[in-house]
Amino acid sequence: MARAASPRRKAITTLAAWSVGLLIFFPILWTMLTSFKTEATAIADPPVFLFFDWTLENYSVVQERSDYMRFLWNSIIIAGGSTILGIIVAVPAAWAMAFVPGRRTKDILLWMLSTKMLPAVGVLYPMYLIFIQMGLLDTRIGLTIVLMLVNLPIIVWMLYTYFKEIPGEILEAARMDGATLKEEILYVLTPMAIPGIASTLLLNVILAWNEAFWTLNLTAAKAAPLTAFIASYSSPEGLFYAKLSAASTMAIAPILILGWFSQKQLVRGLTFGAVK
Amino acid sequence: MGRITLDKVVKRFGDVEVIPPLDLTIEDGEFTVFVGPSGCGKSTLLRLIAGLEDVTDGQIRIDGNDATDIPPAKRGLAMVFQSYALYPHMSVRKNIAFPMRMAGIPEDEQKRRIDAAAKALNLTDYLERRPGQLSGGQRQRVAIGRAIVREPAAFLFDEPLSNLDAALRVGMRMEISELHAKLKTTMIYVTHDQVEAMTMADKIVVLRAGYVEQVGSPLELYRAPRNVFVAGFIGSPKMNLIDGAEAAKHDCKTIGVRPEHIAISDSDGQWTGRVGVSEHLGSDTFFHIHDTGLAETITVRADGEVGFRHGDTVYLTPREDSIHRFDEQGLRIA
Repeated sequence: MARAASPRRKAITTLAAWSVGLLIFFPILWTMLTSFKTEATAIADPPVFLFFDWTLENYSVVQERSDYMRFLWNSIIIAGGSTILGIIVAVPAAWAMAFVPGRRTKDILLWMLSTKMLPAVGVLYPMYLIFIQMGLLDTRIGLTIVLMLVNLPIIVWMLYTYFKEIPGEILEAARMDGATLKEEILYVLTPMAIPGIASTLLLNVILAWNEAFWTLNLTAAKAAPLTAFIASYSSPEGLFYAKLSAASTMAIAPILILGWFSQKQLVRGLTFGAVK
Repeated sequence: MGRITLDKVVKRFGDVEVIPPLDLTIEDGEFTVFVGPSGCGKSTLLRLIAGLEDVTDGQIRIDGNDATDIPPAKRGLAMVFQSYALYPHMSVRKNIAFPMRMAGIPEDEQKRRIDAAAKALNLTDYLERRPGQLSGGQRQRVAIGRAIVREPAAFLFDEPLSNLDAALRVGMRMEISELHAKLKTTMIYVTHDQVEAMTMADKIVVLRAGYVEQVGSPLELYRAPRNVFVAGFIGSPKMNLIDGAEAAKHDCKTIGVRPEHIAISDSDGQWTGRVGVSEHLGSDTFFHIHDTGLAETITVRADGEVGFRHGDTVYLTPREDSIHRFDEQGLRIA
């Protein structure tokens, strides 16, 4: 229900919203600011906020020391590949659960989601051994598969929710119109679920991009994505905050830009079905 | 061709038997209406014929060929849904073209059929629009257009007019009837509205709890309902059903008299009562008469000019040759 808000109330709410927003954004902002400082200013006490000598030195040092583009490329392949692979597996799975549910469909969905509750480190050892055995260690294909599996429950769950919103009669109409199962999914279900599928894609690219546990543990040099790029700047002999910040900024910039331009889609996707 | 035969068809959902063994034949070119109260199994029956539900037992034949295990796409039937079930992401043209595209019909033939259907259904100006930009009646016409272009063996309609307003419903009823007259294709039409059934059907199938109560032409059902249920269901307003002493006079358990077969007078008649609610339709007036000692209410149809008021004492006389008699089991006594 809409309630008329007094100007005072509105001002307080706005202020509160901005505070929370800033609080959440602050670490990212601080990282970005730090990346433009010298190492000395970066650890200055009290900390300097805006008034310092801005420098791009960290970025050139980082680029010199490690090949940013190689990590970026790995990230793109792993995040994009795992998402596309996941969608290919998840669309038929979600179709089956949404439109031909069995007695245990809900249980299967919950069970799938429950795998997300398992601490990843619990299966690190067996996974590592499997990867060695199969020669997948430090390969893009290996990481793509692992990240696909890690995010698959979320992809299936999200798609299931979107598909549930599509009236079954439309799919039945397609069946009556002579569409085979493949044509029904390809020409009717998928185009109708495009907004949902787009949000799922987007969210999963973000999740895969940011995934740090498996990407750090299963790669060394060849397949290492941007998460490893950041981690390589936290060295045991002491941290170089400014350089670390520069590396972090470079790592998160692509996904931040993607998120910024697709925020409308993302919000719509995440609240899809919540409001009719 | 479109002769559809149901042979001892049974449908069970788990342990619940929705359709007990049922035999029915729908002749080629016939307009058949399945009618019954909600939950009577009429939609399920239609979906079994369509192939959208699996038959538990028995056989469905289309033109003599066993279609029981044939998927819906291959049965050669077209269906129009209550919710229209148009593809929201496609233009009207693409919606209508979809079944032809699936069948691999050449583009120029597709275009010819789309144009013909659009012309017949007054959709020519709307072909490039999306379903979301159309009114309910137009959407339903698109759904019908999508069904026509397939040139199916039979059309299946699942309560196609339920989502339309009253005025539009009457118009669409005529359009569907005209379409049937023109195409002469078998049509099976599901509705809970007995007026739709009466006005459109060649043959009505009255269903209750999965059982076929009666099959016949509208007038057969009206003139000779086989049992109390059909008597009460067909005809509007409902037939007056009277038990007790008055029925005993006619040697039966229940008698039925239609509102139009009772004369109403202010001076004399067989039964006495007081006027309750009057429904003035202009051409006719329906009087609901209370305190007759026969049933709670007796409905009488009179000329629109007859002007009794609430509380007036009136006298009623049923037409002796129009009294229906039913026995203990509720079955008609000839």
